[in-house]
Amino acid sequence: MSAATHETEHHTSLGVDNRKLLMWIFLASECLFFGSLLSTYLIFKGESLSGPGTDIFAFEITSISTFVLLMSSLSMVLAVYGAQHGQLGLMKLMLLCTILLGLVFLGFQVYEFKTFASEGLTLSTNQFGASFYILTGFHGCHVGVGVLYLSSLLISSVRRNGIGKETPLYIDIGGLYWHFVDIVWIVLFTVVYLIPAY
Amino acid sequence: MATATDGVGTVQAEQSKVWEWLTTVDHKKIGTMYGITGFTYFLISGLTALAIRTQLAVPNGNVLSAELYNQFFTMHALMMIFLAIMPMGASFFNYFIPLQIGARDVAFPRLNALSYWVFLSGSLILFSSFFLGGAPDAGWFAYAPLTDAKYSVGSGLDFYCVGLIILGLSSLMASLNFAVTILNMRAPGMTMMRLPVYMWMTLVVSFLLILSLPIVTVALVMLYFDRNFTTNFFTPETGGDPILWQHLFWLFGHPEVYVLILPSMGIVSEVIPVFSRKPLFGYAAIVFAGASIGVLGFGVWAHHMFTTGLGTVPALVFSATTMGIGVPTGVKIFNWLSTMYGGSIRFTTSMYFAVAFIAMFTIGGISGVMHASPAVDSQHQDTYFVVAHIHYVLFGGAIMGIFSGIFYWWPKMTGRFLSEISGKWSFWVMFAGMNLTFFPMHFLGVSGMPRRIYTYDEGFGWDDWNMVATIGSYLIGVSILIFLINVFRTMRQPATAPDNPWDAPTLEWATSSPPPEHDFDVVPEVHSSMPLWTNREMGIVTPEAPEGLHIHLPPSSYMPLILAIGVGLIGVGLLSHLALVGIGVAISTYGVWGWSIEPTD
Repeated sequence: MSAATHETEHHTSLGVDNRKLLMWIFLASECLFFGSLLSTYLIFKGESLSGPGTDIFAFEITSISTFVLLMSSLSMVLAVYGAQHGQLGLMKLMLLCTILLGLVFLGFQVYEFKTFASEGLTLSTNQFGASFYILTGFHGCHVGVGVLYLSSLLISSVRRNGIGKETPLYIDIGGLYWHFVDIVWIVLFTVVYLIPAY
Repeated sequence: MATATDGVGTVQAEQSKVWEWLTTVDHKKIGTMYGITGFTYFLISGLTALAIRTQLAVPNGNVLSAELYNQFFTMHALMMIFLAIMPMGASFFNYFIPLQIGARDVAFPRLNALSYWVFLSGSLILFSSFFLGGAPDAGWFAYAPLTDAKYSVGSGLDFYCVGLIILGLSSLMASLNFAVTILNMRAPGMTMMRLPVYMWMTLVVSFLLILSLPIVTVALVMLYFDRNFTTNFFTPETGGDPILWQHLFWLFGHPEVYVLILPSMGIVSEVIPVFSRKPLFGYAAIVFAGASIGVLGFGVWAHHMFTTGLGTVPALVFSATTMGIGVPTGVKIFNWLSTMYGGSIRFTTSMYFAVAFIAMFTIGGISGVMHASPAVDSQHQDTYFVVAHIHYVLFGGAIMGIFSGIFYWWPKMTGRFLSEISGKWSFWVMFAGMNLTFFPMHFLGVSGMPRRIYTYDEGFGWDDWNMVATIGSYLIGVSILIFLINVFRTMRQPATAPDNPWDAPTLEWATSSPPPEHDFDVVPEVHSSMPLWTNREMGIVTPEAPEGLHIHLPPSSYMPLILAIGVGLIGVGLLSHLALVGIGVAISTYGVWGWSIEPTD
């Protein structure tokens, strides 16, 4: 949450800022969250009694959206670089890039879900449908939250002339979240799309 | 807070006092609110237990209907675990983390307030199910497919899903806050291996919750989807897997057991050295034992599932890990006993409860290790033997530890001593009552009485022990009454407690009782895990507070309250009309926005 507090002391026992440490530990929690969803997907893989299975995937389209999301990590790195080196313009531009790439990814996901639904795969069709939608859907929610998060960082820096004292830290923490969501997608893409059904 | 004397002034003072508590970000006030709320649910949940015991006192009892009985035993467990023991633990965590590590507040004071208010809204949602069409009635671990919309027709299980997700959110925020605080806000000199054992246990509990709550959240979301959005995760006839629920639930549920007991182990590790006037025996051993319980706690979950047909190898592995987790637990018990050995023991009420904790927890621990054997476990599955086991570790363990902590820290928190005479009465009545209630359940279980039946016929040989258990449960009720009278009488007396009445070695006793809003005028130097004793031996005197001491404190904020109302409305919306979710999201958004722009300096 970008709304992390200012009221902390600057000296810390571990030398890491409290807010950054909070994000790291929160991401550990998120690992278990996606781990549980992914386990559910794998347990149900090939267990559907009826309806479409993994052959429904349009591999090329998802590859493009994966590429888009990976590129958003690059722009996020550049945004952090800009923030840490006093280049406010670069930071804002790259934040905007990251947000747009995230939105494009979400657009691809909406398109994918709609296509699958029209081909007869819904939440209630079979085990594959339920576990696929809930897994990738929750990832999409995380990308959505990330877009809102980065947007709030961008908006709060629009009216500024220089980079505030805390801005590099905020962008850095936002970056941690964004990269994590990307890494999760790399795992999901590999396990769900690349490894074929057995 | 100055008390106004004239009528108008009193009203204003009252209003501002309510406002002060609603908007507080002070960890001591938040801890107090957690404590009062938790104890209230403890009383309510205790009443449901008394109703259950009344129903079972004689064969073919007709005090409760079968439906109500199912709701009562389910809600008894849910309330005791999520609304009583965990918040009472969180109460002490809140109050004493900053005091024991020498900080002025937790790392994120507003997040701390948010945790409490979200907890309150989640608990109200769960509790309100009693009055809105029936409480959850499928047991606290809610096995599929009984929880399917087809078999659980009412909305009780939806309340279960939504309530627990919101409570989990609250626990997650609180745990993140506590972990960061303990890792990052320690006073100079307070290295990790000088932390009070209670702080170590708090840290382990925080990480257990951080890593286990997301798992149950996923399970609860899937259950909610199964019931409301036509998915089939857990329904076998359409390809779902009811055992998957058990895996996900117990992957959370077993660490949760340690979440309930480790705080009490921490409290006892504070109390026993103080009243034995000896340093804790084997500080490092007890710390590492606690940490390894935390790690191993994630590797034992399937011992709840031996009868599901895991197969030989998994059964053996989980049997071995379950026996293995008994080892660090045993290490701790020997540490406590060795601390008492050769000490000059003062038998205060707090010490009574701590010693009873060791004895009762050992009984419960041993019956727990019995269940590590799949053969034995298959015999005991779903009998009263299991009920006896969990109550020996949760009542004899967790609750006894919490009462020990209440008697130990009451002078620090209120400036007043609870009556020792009354306290010992409540101890002995509770001790007798709990053993009378739960020990016969071992016999009942071995002679085949299943748990969760709302009545039983005569002639099974269960009549006498059931009557004994019911008498015991009423004795527990009497002991709680004695304790409540003790509290009310104590609070009418003047605050006379000195800073360090028990001559304890940890930092919370270096400030006034009750502590000032900024906790410490000057934080004492820390050179060991028992700073106050070490400083006395080494002749280190904490300097007086400088003239005109001004310590900057974070301003109070009503944004946590707004955000929690938003979250609560989202929950209510998920249970009623989706339009409310929209309003909840709007309020939450306003809360986050206000939170991020309000000044904090």
